[in-house]
Amino acid sequence: MKKKIFTQDYYKNFPGYPSKERLAKARVVVIECVQDIPCNPCETICPRKAIVVGKPITNLPRLIEENCTGCGRCIPICPGLAVFVVNNNYNDKESTISLPYEFLPLPEKGEEVIALNREGEKVCRAKVISVLDPEKNNRTAVITIAVPKEYSGEVRGIRLIRKNP
Amino acid sequence: MEEVMVVGGGPAGLCAAIESARYGVKVILIDENDMPGGQLFKQIHRFFGSAQHRAGIRGYDIGNSLLSESEKLGVRVLLNTVVWGIFQDNFLGIKTEKETKILQAKKIVVGTGALENPLAFPGWTLPGVMGAGAAQTMMNIQRVLPGKRILMIGSGNVGLIVSYQLLQAGAKVVALVEALPKISGYLVHAAKISRAGVQILTSHTIVKADGKGEVKKAVIAKIDENFKMIKGTEKEIKVDLVCIAVGLRPLDELCWMAGCQFTYIPSLGGFIPLHSRDMETTVSGIYVAGDVSGIEEASTAIEEGKLAGIAIAESLGYISKKEAEEKKELSWESLRELRLGSFGEGRQKTKDLILKQYNSLHKM
Repeated sequence: MKKKIFTQDYYKNFPGYPSKERLAKARVVVIECVQDIPCNPCETICPRKAIVVGKPITNLPRLIEENCTGCGRCIPICPGLAVFVVNNNYNDKESTISLPYEFLPLPEKGEEVIALNREGEKVCRAKVISVLDPEKNNRTAVITIAVPKEYSGEVRGIRLIRKNP
Repeated sequence: MEEVMVVGGGPAGLCAAIESARYGVKVILIDENDMPGGQLFKQIHRFFGSAQHRAGIRGYDIGNSLLSESEKLGVRVLLNTVVWGIFQDNFLGIKTEKETKILQAKKIVVGTGALENPLAFPGWTLPGVMGAGAAQTMMNIQRVLPGKRILMIGSGNVGLIVSYQLLQAGAKVVALVEALPKISGYLVHAAKISRAGVQILTSHTIVKADGKGEVKKAVIAKIDENFKMIKGTEKEIKVDLVCIAVGLRPLDELCWMAGCQFTYIPSLGGFIPLHSRDMETTVSGIYVAGDVSGIEEASTAIEEGKLAGIAIAESLGYISKKEAEEKKELSWESLRELRLGSFGEGRQKTKDLILKQYNSLHKM
């Protein structure tokens, strides 16, 4: 009944999506912003000019991949929750994905959670590496999880396993 | 006689009040609720835009900053007060908690906002069928979760955002149906609920809601390109809340009563009072701002309110024409920016059309 809309193949052609080579190299931001909405906080907050919207403000954010350190400041500021950071160099087997998360309760560091794809389907189990929820993020926590490397392009959400969350 | 009365304390009305009070105009802001802010306080998501549009800031934070600014500037606020009529020479009939009275003002701003469109289907009068905005008010303002298993109708931004907020509040959104073959709101909003497990069904509609005394289930089905149901695709889903997010229309009764001239623009919500670049209607001294002047969003309502406020301060002689023009140009620039892109350019065109029609009337 349901046809898939939100797939990696769809997103990877947009200018905020890093190249395969850059993704393989080190931590980098992945921007899944696909429509000409007048919006640019990602550009404003980036300290290294790695995200360019420019004028008109409806341009899609373009990633200047050599400038990006994957610091993730752009994750919680995006009103569309469309910014992620992927690190394919975390260890031999795993990649990390940092994602915006606005549900309570927050997971805890070290907790095992279910990693979801863009359609909300279970991909695998994941371990929570860090939970950042400082006041300046104004209630958009940034959760970093580790997943098997092959899933780093697919996983974009989490669901808690604990009962009565 | 009062100087300015603003009807409606949402983003448009608040900003009209703030902007005119900034230059010394004495303003009374009237709102039927027990707190000003309009829909801002239930907007718990971050707004889009640039820094100048307060992008990345949540709606209620914008509401709080507008409230404190209006307080600082000495805007007088009448709460729990209904404006029930508007009469020749800028008289307003108001009903406070204690009394009914008539007040007159040199200028009136109508910032009454919008009303949710209904959708009729078998079972639509059952308790448990409500507007998405109503559900949002219940959960984010009254802190009551109106249902646990939800069917959302409509994939505009309201449907998408309220679905996300229902998830945040702990409900399950069983499905979101959209009659059109594609999602009509922002895909980033759709992606958020998709990865949280909501199935978004395009080319689908609700067939009926069912239940004894309250909604217990709903039937949805696929529709063809002529919006006719495809027999055999009906599917029953267990839900206790059906939310309707099929657009808004301007809450424009006061403008009709005042004798404003209207134009009909379906994409802006229907009948829209004609207005000038200063947001003044065809009735001299009566201004409009925000959704009542065409359905848009809070960010544009803020700028339109500012325009009305500046124009009023100018026409009452509180600021020079030159200064007013400069300030107004800033708001126009901001509005032009907010109306860029495929979601905004249609609004820009129709808004331009309203100005054109207004101007042609005034040339006669």
